[in-house]
Amino acid sequence: MTSTLNRPPVESSSPATSHIPKKAPIAWKHRLSAFDVKASPYFYVAPFFILFAIVGLFPLVYTFVVSLFDWHLLKGQGDFVGLGNFVAVLNDRFFWNSLFNTVSIFFLSSIPQLVAAVVIAAVLDQNLRARTFWRMSILLPYVVTPVAVAMIFSNVFGEDYGLINNLLESFGITPVMWQNETLPSHIAIATMVNWRWTGYNALILLAAMQSVPRDIHESAALDGAGAFRRFFSITLPSIRPTMVFVIITATIGGLQIFTEPRLFDPVTAGGSQRQFQTTVLYLWEMAFFRQNFGKASAIAWLLFLLIVIFGLINFVLSRSIATAEGRGAKARSQRRLAKVRAREARESLRAGTAASVHRKTTLGADPSKSAEPPAERSAK
Amino acid sequence: MSATTLTRPTEAAETSHVRRKSRFHGIDKRPGWLTYALLGVFFLCSAYPLWWSFVMGTRDNAAFGSTWPPLLPGGNFWKNVGEVFDTIPFWLALGNSLLISSIITVSVITFSTLAGYAFAKLRFKGRDGLMVFVIATMAIPTQLGIIPLFMVMRTLGWTGEIGAVIIPTLVTAFGVFFMRQYLVDVIPDELIEAARMDGANMISTFWHVGVPAARPAMAILGLFTFMTAWTDFLWPLLVLDAGNPTLQTALSQLQSARYVDYSIVLAGAILATLPLLLLFIVAGKQLISGIMQGAVKG
Repeated sequence: MTSTLNRPPVESSSPATSHIPKKAPIAWKHRLSAFDVKASPYFYVAPFFILFAIVGLFPLVYTFVVSLFDWHLLKGQGDFVGLGNFVAVLNDRFFWNSLFNTVSIFFLSSIPQLVAAVVIAAVLDQNLRARTFWRMSILLPYVVTPVAVAMIFSNVFGEDYGLINNLLESFGITPVMWQNETLPSHIAIATMVNWRWTGYNALILLAAMQSVPRDIHESAALDGAGAFRRFFSITLPSIRPTMVFVIITATIGGLQIFTEPRLFDPVTAGGSQRQFQTTVLYLWEMAFFRQNFGKASAIAWLLFLLIVIFGLINFVLSRSIATAEGRGAKARSQRRLAKVRAREARESLRAGTAASVHRKTTLGADPSKSAEPPAERSAK
Repeated sequence: MSATTLTRPTEAAETSHVRRKSRFHGIDKRPGWLTYALLGVFFLCSAYPLWWSFVMGTRDNAAFGSTWPPLLPGGNFWKNVGEVFDTIPFWLALGNSLLISSIITVSVITFSTLAGYAFAKLRFKGRDGLMVFVIATMAIPTQLGIIPLFMVMRTLGWTGEIGAVIIPTLVTAFGVFFMRQYLVDVIPDELIEAARMDGANMISTFWHVGVPAARPAMAILGLFTFMTAWTDFLWPLLVLDAGNPTLQTALSQLQSARYVDYSIVLAGAILATLPLLLLFIVAGKQLISGIMQGAVKG
């Protein structure tokens, strides 16, 4: 903590100091005022950093310390075991089972959710009557708390008298064992997540869609592009950064899912066969039922690493897609620019003003900070 | 004051909408019936599970046996609500949830506005580095630190007290980031300089320039912080006991009872949803504009 607090001043000292005006004969009042200017910002940010260090960072770091010991819920700290807890967890098939369940539920919730949210946002992104009503109607599930959602959907997916199985039966279809079978239970839990979050994400995507300049749609429409064509060629590419944002948020939340599987079957910790036991649920069982704090801490840290890795993969993937696209677009515009410049250069050469050519080519290459070779080469 | 500032975003949205309509007739014509049919389907998907729960919560366990779900409420609602009150300490839980969520909301708004204002508008050594730190911590799943937190609370003897629920969420990195992003564009530097010229010291500049400008964002941040605190389940479940629960942990007790009467469970779920449903009806527009603004800003 202290190291991170100390690091920054070195990096940004030069621009920060130059602002405070220095007057030679400083009266007491001035000196007080100077202190006020210098110290106040630190007093304003300090509460956040101090509290965050205590309740956010310290527990996370100390989790690692606990994970290095035999540590019992009631008996407390035991022997130092090094990475023994990590080895034990990595050899624990229940851990891998919980990881499989978590990732499976995560994919079952994030992908359909994203697709549905895009569709809903596209439908909402029109000149609707009663806009606010429709927006509120899709956001409605968001105000139902996860506990209530889990209670409602546990009954919707009830095996004997649930809403869905009753309906299936009335159509003569064999009821699905929503709780006892792995995939159906994952679908049921993913449905809870999807129901609560799809509308929320649709609104985020709607905001992104509405920030696309209307002129682009207008000119595409003039060129004869229909609504579907415009959706795939204009809307989807321009909301991609927001989609990445939604995916990353869903990843951080989705890998920590607890409430829904916990309450889907309140008697067990994730199903009789652990068929829907997620990793946080396993962590909870390990810490507070098996009372093994050491091993539970190791699970917490492994999950933490997994979330960071997933986040980084998402980030790098989205970055590389974005830059590849940007580079492609830049290259295209550079080529066009180069053509124009080349023509200008030829004309000006013919006119015999060689000096202006040089100026123009450098100007042409300037906007793309990394020297783009095509522009200069073709110009020369 | 807060009412006028709260309506501002929607008004802005309205005017831009009008402008849009008049400028681009070609692509913004009124959509056809298919759109409204789809919207109707979305509405049903959102609302039907809630309506079904309400209907079932007004009946008894026998209603679950019928193959076609009943569409209209029965007469058992108050009886079921009475059962809920007998099974869990509902009013205590409601009071606890209100108290916890309110204190957390006030704390997060206060500290986020202070820090966000400093990051957005004041110059100090290490500002950029500290801001990078805030952004980095936003993605850290701090709730994975529950084991040491639990140990600390037990050592302090705070388990079972609602303070144990409040303390770990007094600040959020997201709040600081959100306020910073909002304030950086909203307050002109000249305004702060003018206040300083007039002899205002730093804190009164913050109070008279920063806080009024921050109000709309404070309202949105408050709304989301309240929702997050209200819905939290894992941590209250760990540190509170059945005798002194939050609404969420109390509700889960209904579900875990040995002989579950599902109509009572659903009546409880609906009952616990009512407070946020009321908030949604009153502040739904702000919630929507908050989500949409956050998306554009973030």
